[in-house]
Amino acid sequence: MENFNAKLNVTLRKSVLDPQGQTVLESLHSMGFDQTESLRVGKFFEVRLKAKDEADAKIQIDAMCDKLLINPVIEDYTVELEKIA
Amino acid sequence: MKASVVVFPGSNCDTDCFNVLSSVMGMDTEFVWHKETQLNKTDLVVLPGGFSYGDYLRTGAIARFSPIMNEVISYAKKGGKVIGICNGFQILLESGLLPGAMLPNRSMKFICKPVWLRCENNDTAFTNKMNSGQLIQIPIAHGEGNYTADDDTIQKLKDENKIIFKYVSETGEEADCFNPNGSRESIAGIINDKGNILGMMPHPERVSEEILGGVDGKCIWESVLV
Repeated sequence: MENFNAKLNVTLRKSVLDPQGQTVLESLHSMGFDQTESLRVGKFFEVRLKAKDEADAKIQIDAMCDKLLINPVIEDYTVELEKIA
Repeated sequence: MKASVVVFPGSNCDTDCFNVLSSVMGMDTEFVWHKETQLNKTDLVVLPGGFSYGDYLRTGAIARFSPIMNEVISYAKKGGKVIGICNGFQILLESGLLPGAMLPNRSMKFICKPVWLRCENNDTAFTNKMNSGQLIQIPIAHGEGNYTADDDTIQKLKDENKIIFKYVSETGEEADCFNPNGSRESIAGIINDKGNILGMMPHPERVSEEILGGVDGKCIWESVLV
């Protein structure tokens, strides 16, 4: 078994409105950051896990996302996997 | 008639629901702790409001995996009546018993106030004591009640009359300014295909006794008793 570190970037689906991002964007505008065009707030997870290889680690991460970490109705995610000592 | 009120860590409307069902409606009511793995024979399961598991990860996301939820899901799939109020609605969405998801209110504020609802469909086990189009005033108290779903799901809810309550004005007018949280189609409550699972953000248990300021919520419990 090898050790992996997985970084998950979770974003709201493009079709979903982001009330939090919208509020932060308006706040930036009111501070004078006029050039800011859009802003979306997401989530970040860092997961350490043991797996046979990278493919196995990816399968485990996808299963965690399907079952609990992500709500596919409103969220998308990307995974960055790194083998660690 | 028997009712069961599920208690999750962080539920805070469980006692209100219990009081209304037992003292006001005269149902034989029991609390069911979320760690239970069996549901006694019951005619209604209530998933009450609150902040189960501190709303960690997403509202309702962790409560959905409480041991009792396996029982609630199988009870619901057999046609048992389930009502999820506020956090209970969020748990129903996360468990897939109802379609869609909740986003934070568009104002990003927790909103606690009475709102007007219009009954969109009175041909259900939860609304049969109401008139179609009837207006009721019920409080909401949530930070994430901004209902969303993909276009196909919304269309299906509309076509099949599964939207049960909408946020409207005091006179029954539907408009963006009367939608407190930004929900698509001003949705305040929906029902599943089979019509045995209702999810709603407003709290009928808070207006089911005159002494608490109103009885507009009582018609839902009366409908269940039919």
